[in-house]
Amino acid sequence: MEIQLTKQIIAIVTLDKEKVYAGSAPVFVAEDEEEQQRIAMYITRITFGMVHDLGNGVLIIVKH
Amino acid sequence: MPKDVTIILIGTAVGTIARFYSLRVDYRQYPGYPQGYLLHLTLGMIAAALGAVALPALLKKEYAAVTFLALATQQFREIRNMERESLINIEKTELVKRGDAYIEDIARKFEARNYLALLTGLITCGGIIVTKRLDIGIIIGVVLLISLKFILTPKQVGDIAVVRQAEFKFEGTLLDIEGNKLTNVGLREARERYMERGLALVIEPVDDDANTTLSNLGQRQAILHDVSIQLGIRRENDEPEFTPVAKRDSTTGRIAIFMIPYEKDIECMIEAAKRVPILESSRRLPLSSEAGSQASD
Repeated sequence: MEIQLTKQIIAIVTLDKEKVYAGSAPVFVAEDEEEQQRIAMYITRITFGMVHDLGNGVLIIVKH
Repeated sequence: MPKDVTIILIGTAVGTIARFYSLRVDYRQYPGYPQGYLLHLTLGMIAAALGAVALPALLKKEYAAVTFLALATQQFREIRNMERESLINIEKTELVKRGDAYIEDIARKFEARNYLALLTGLITCGGIIVTKRLDIGIIIGVVLLISLKFILTPKQVGDIAVVRQAEFKFEGTLLDIEGNKLTNVGLREARERYMERGLALVIEPVDDDANTTLSNLGQRQAILHDVSIQLGIRRENDEPEFTPVAKRDSTTGRIAIFMIPYEKDIECMIEAAKRVPILESSRRLPLSSEAGSQASD
């Protein structure tokens, strides 16, 4: 049987590292929006997680 | 009076036909291969034979025959378990899951169809024995199988709700279907594909019974699964953002559905959604209860 953790933030991609304070998920700091989108897309393709935008320059990748 | 062997053979044959009649490739796309047909037809034939043999055996004072019927029910339950396990095993290979409720519903149907074969066999033999005529017995069997098939046909989404196309847009990164916020899509590229190729539906329940039925998560998953297998789906395993979504507006009870189908055809999508069966496990009838009907006033 395959067991997976779901409903969990598996990565955070931010433009501003001041907006993210510690946490259980790895944080990736991007230079600009282009890079942020690219990193988020790579992570989602690798982890099968979904990208959500918090609206403050922070993207979170969540496994549903 | 025809011979016992003839009666049993005819009962078995009519019962097997009943199983064959209920075994066709339908909206569930299952069974789709000859081995599936063979498996279910053989089991159906055994069920029909058990039903057909019961009355002639009882008339010969072979009361042990009744225990065979008990054995049959045990075997049918095995069929349900077998179907359930097999569908659960292939669930992880589905791009859009059937969901536990739908799997249970299909498994129960397969069990019930064997009772259909057994009952048809039993009643056909009963008809022949009572009327002492083969042709009347067969007619009784056929009438029974047609009426049982009719009774066993489930209601569909189109019977309890209005299904129509809906407009959708993005408010920032939130996918909005007529005021219902479905999901937050963080990738710009994904939002562009949503706008370009996506289709949205709204399912409006006609009454409180329908409202409660459609609120069931299993029922919604069944709708997504059925529509996606009929229209195809533009998504790969590693693209979770293109998973179809269904969300209920908790104030109005309306269900908003969004999907990126392979064939962008709204008429077919509406038709496919209308034909989704109402699952036994999700069907609720609050209006039939006193409290429920008074509360809906």
